[in-house]
Amino acid sequence: MADRTTGNYVGRSMKRVEDPRLIKGIGTYTDDLRLPGLLHAAILRSPHAHARIVHIDTKAARALAGVVAVLTGADVNEQCGAVPCAAAIPDLKAPRHTVLAGDRVYFVGHAVAVVVATDPYVARDAVDVIDVDYDPLPVVVNPEDAMKAGTPLTHPDLGTNIAYTTTMAGGDIDDAFRRADRVIKQRLIHQRLTPMPIEPRAVVASHHAGEGTLTIWTSTQVPHLLRTLLPGMIAIAENKLRIVAPEVGGGFGAKLNVYAEEALCGHLAMRLGAPVKWVESRRENAASTIHGRDQIGDYEVAVKNDGTILGLKARTIADLGAYNQLLTPAIPTLTGLVLTGCYRIPAIKMDIVGVYTNKMATDAYRGAGRPEATYLIERLMDIVARELGIDRIELRMKHFPAPTEFPFATASGLSYDSGNYQGALAKARQLANWDALMVDRAAARKAGRLFGVGVSTYVEICALGPSKAMPAGGWEWGCVRIEISGKVTAITGATPHGQGQETSFAQIVGDRLGVSFDDIVVLHGDTNVAHYGRDTYGSRATVLGGTALVMCIDKIVAKAKTLAAHLLEAPVDRIEFANGRFSAKGKERQLGWGELAGEAYIAKNLPAGFEPGLEASSFFEPQNFTFPFGTHIAAVEVDRDTGQVSIKKYVAVDDCGPQINPLLVEGQVQGGIAHSIGQALFEQTVYDENGQLLTGEFMDYAIPRAVDIPEYILGSTVTPSPSNPLGIKGVGEAGTIGATPAIANAVIDALEPLGVRHLDMPLTPERVWRAIQGRA
Amino acid sequence: MTIPVRLTINGSPREQTIEPRMLLVHFLRDACGLTGTHVGCETGICGACTVLVDGKAVKSCTMFAVQADGASVKTIEGLATDGRLHAVQQGFWECHGLQCGYCTPGMIMAAVQLLSANANPSRGQIADGLRGNLCRCTGYSHIIDAVQHAATHGAADRR
Repeated sequence: MADRTTGNYVGRSMKRVEDPRLIKGIGTYTDDLRLPGLLHAAILRSPHAHARIVHIDTKAARALAGVVAVLTGADVNEQCGAVPCAAAIPDLKAPRHTVLAGDRVYFVGHAVAVVVATDPYVARDAVDVIDVDYDPLPVVVNPEDAMKAGTPLTHPDLGTNIAYTTTMAGGDIDDAFRRADRVIKQRLIHQRLTPMPIEPRAVVASHHAGEGTLTIWTSTQVPHLLRTLLPGMIAIAENKLRIVAPEVGGGFGAKLNVYAEEALCGHLAMRLGAPVKWVESRRENAASTIHGRDQIGDYEVAVKNDGTILGLKARTIADLGAYNQLLTPAIPTLTGLVLTGCYRIPAIKMDIVGVYTNKMATDAYRGAGRPEATYLIERLMDIVARELGIDRIELRMKHFPAPTEFPFATASGLSYDSGNYQGALAKARQLANWDALMVDRAAARKAGRLFGVGVSTYVEICALGPSKAMPAGGWEWGCVRIEISGKVTAITGATPHGQGQETSFAQIVGDRLGVSFDDIVVLHGDTNVAHYGRDTYGSRATVLGGTALVMCIDKIVAKAKTLAAHLLEAPVDRIEFANGRFSAKGKERQLGWGELAGEAYIAKNLPAGFEPGLEASSFFEPQNFTFPFGTHIAAVEVDRDTGQVSIKKYVAVDDCGPQINPLLVEGQVQGGIAHSIGQALFEQTVYDENGQLLTGEFMDYAIPRAVDIPEYILGSTVTPSPSNPLGIKGVGEAGTIGATPAIANAVIDALEPLGVRHLDMPLTPERVWRAIQGRA
Repeated sequence: MTIPVRLTINGSPREQTIEPRMLLVHFLRDACGLTGTHVGCETGICGACTVLVDGKAVKSCTMFAVQADGASVKTIEGLATDGRLHAVQQGFWECHGLQCGYCTPGMIMAAVQLLSANANPSRGQIADGLRGNLCRCTGYSHIIDAVQHAATHGAADRR
């Protein structure tokens, strides 16, 4: 399928068609919607991590002028089904996840009651005067304690805090450890993180009683998954439910979910006979929108003295929080899938324990499982190299498969599609001027300065994914229509939320059809327009959505050829299509899309059996994931007196296959690296010993600012994927996957002269300073 | 209780009776229908709600509308003139200075003030000038490019 198009548009850094409306402030996000008679919902949330609800008094709230309804779990939980979890984990013990709390609250931020009022200020006033009598219960905060016998239970009715245990294994792990000269052990912790899109969640629901239809506008990555899953929660049929994701102000996985509030607003709109809006506050976003990561892992690496890695054993404890959201228990299994990174490691075994605690659910945060795996294997490579006295680059190179060995089978059962890990590493070293960095480091150390260089070579899984490997359908859908005017409408089910597919898909379609970029409109995000789709997550949209459009175009071109043959009076196999023109050898006349579309729709001169119209839709079912890869290199200096880390140089070489729009690729990589800088150096979601959330605002949860960002030096290599006709691989999470270990490795490298072997993230000034004090 | 407020928004006078507790951002969005100014945190940290009040960048989620009585307010909707983008808007477009676009109006307004105080800022000065505005998508590098682009190409456009 190596039929990659380069043309007028693909491969060019084109400005985005999305931008004019956004830079003028006239884009429409969910909170910007204004409907006649719109009511406003506000939610009362638990201040306790675990408590019994003794009594709720809503009288004062109901008495406020402008309050339309005040409802508690007793009023809605019978009518609304449970919040769904789509993860296919055998023997998962799961609590019923009602839309509002029943007789207990299980985490700070747990929704207890909802107020609906004519004005948003009044709705908040009413929330403030709802009186709840709580009886606090013992709290489970630490997932390791949660596993011990006799500890309090998050959900007493489950009889245990352990949601599931599972083992992922491949190769002969016992043999690997038997043959090992040494076993190197390390505990590595992935702190809990909060995704923090700048737009909090927001929902507007409107019921059309006459038609019996319900429209829900919601700030989501997954309108199609919602259309599939919400009918299981509220009394509406799938084909009477329309979900619209308007402009979505960032997702990062936080909006890859089905949330109680989405069902609740739909229910309220039907129940009250008026449209209802709910807009999340930042505090609610921090407490009640999914968190990410939060894995504790104990690792053992079986090695030979020459550095050969024979096997990798892991025992991972995943803190799930109090409930399963859409994919909560599945995230650690993604970690297991890519645990071996881009290395030939013949045997692995990963035991995963998922544990309930009195916290918000963890789920897919940018990278979802792969940043965890990459950080683990990349930290371990450095630790092994150091213990064995082997150069860390040499150790990595020693375990890279050769470019000719692809498809490369991993111990975890994956088949890496294509790769040239050596090429990306060489390019990154060259861009970073590695040898000079080593000289700088030596000079700095001699002068007593803490200067370190970190490297990470990564591979990730993208284009999620083949349906057989997904909970429910991993395909993607598209539709292309040549309008009667010759303009082109492309519709995608891969709902973007800032990635720019209105632009990059128009580039693909423009080249393939030979039409002007300006004549193409890309539609998405409204299930009444984009009928089917599996939406955007797991760096899937361009690979799968783009390929679905290519399939549509192939069908349309084939159909148009039969029409052109008829009109040109030539056999169809003599029809040539190039640059948007259909011609036949020996015929002077050529036909463009405008002429063909006119004939196709006016339909007075069609060949026998030709269906009118020029439109095609397609489902693309991938046969494999794609496996982008790259090398990131960071150089940092640590202030000996304050523990402050400053990034002196940052180089990223990413290979996502051919780039549709290099400017957008660059944007994805830079944004991803910023998330990594956050995780490596600043960010951590903190609950205290009572389960109180201490990082409930941007004041306490430090996402990077402009001043925290180095100047990025970016490069790329191009290794096409054989799995799709565009050869592309996906890039939405690469930065976040590759960068975290590069930065962490650099900081540990800087501290090496002090004998520091490992520090867990975030590498805040305090943590680094303490490490320096402890060893200086 | 309601009280009157008179102000100029994007050059047009506006007079309305409002609750004294109404935040300027809600006045702009809900009373004036100018939804380009966004709410990201309600604590004055993220800067998505940044507007210019008498030429100064202000976080409109931490100012009551009545505090802007008598002031001239400029929002993102009032930045382009005669259908021509402001140099900062153009810079954001040229340099891919936005992805989801939610922080963008506030970021642009903050950059407008930054350039009015320093016509040729260094990258470090731009980063410092935007430290009150958070972006979770771009990693800031393209935003800094965008402001530099505006400084280089749009001197005549700056107001």
